[in-house]
Amino acid sequence: MAAIYSLYVINKSGGLIFYKDYGSKGRMDTNDSLRVASLWHSMHAISQQLSPTTGCTGIELLEADTFDLHCFQSLTGTKFFVVCEPGTQNMEDLLKAVYELYTDYVLKNPFYEMEMPIRCELFDINLTRAIQKDRVALLGR
Amino acid sequence: MQFFGGSEISPSPPVPTATGNNAHRMYIFNRNGVCLLYREWNRPLHTLNPQQDHKLMFGLLFSLKSLTAKMDPTNAEKGNLGIPQFPGQGCSFHSFRTNTYKLSFMETPSGIKFILITNPRTGDLRETLKYIYNLYVEYVAKNALYTPGTLIRCELFNTALDQYVRSIA
Repeated sequence: MAAIYSLYVINKSGGLIFYKDYGSKGRMDTNDSLRVASLWHSMHAISQQLSPTTGCTGIELLEADTFDLHCFQSLTGTKFFVVCEPGTQNMEDLLKAVYELYTDYVLKNPFYEMEMPIRCELFDINLTRAIQKDRVALLGR
Repeated sequence: MQFFGGSEISPSPPVPTATGNNAHRMYIFNRNGVCLLYREWNRPLHTLNPQQDHKLMFGLLFSLKSLTAKMDPTNAEKGNLGIPQFPGQGCSFHSFRTNTYKLSFMETPSGIKFILITNPRTGDLRETLKYIYNLYVEYVAKNALYTPGTLIRCELFNTALDQYVRSIA
């Protein structure tokens, strides 16, 4: 059973730069994942406008009937979000770990162009490792 | 998706999940997106005029619903993104949280949407919204002078709602 269904990274203008699926039923095709990512970007922006007080930074957790969506926005506007089983804990930590991997293996890669899709082997390897570790930790609980 | 589990009307309000003055505002929309009721208890920040605010809120809920229906990882038959869906069809959502507020959402089988905006630290408000739906049924739907699809102007409903929200807040 997969605790994490999928992981998305979107750039500051809402373009999908990374998408990985970890065993959800009916995997989305490329077009749909791009659409969903940009839709999420705009929903995130609208939620800030509807805040009753100032200083709102957008949706952090969306609880749907069959999944939870945790979102983390970096200071530069890059958004990382993970779709997981309802009630999964410690997703903020996982997203921060993914952000750390992103800064280490993507941003420090001299061949990476900003805001473009991520194609970095080291990022993929380390991300898989981090997700595995999270799953093992989950089994241990 | 199952709507309410059973048909029984909850006889007493659910136990409050948090303390402190934490309810900000409430919306009720019908299935056409008309805002039937808007109550405000605590909202220091106004960025838009009321009409635009209601439109933006309905649009946000509508799009989030199509997003969750498309994202649903447990179902392979999802159709296209943004395909119109009946209430109760497809994967919906019950709340989202930002750093400044929490929005709880419930849709009845007739397509009426109840939205309650509270403090971000509030717990699960699904039972609360069900209770507010009961209030709606008692004081609005059963009111002979109320025409469905028009603004809710029922004194009793407003007082009952205010009182209940104050008790959870």
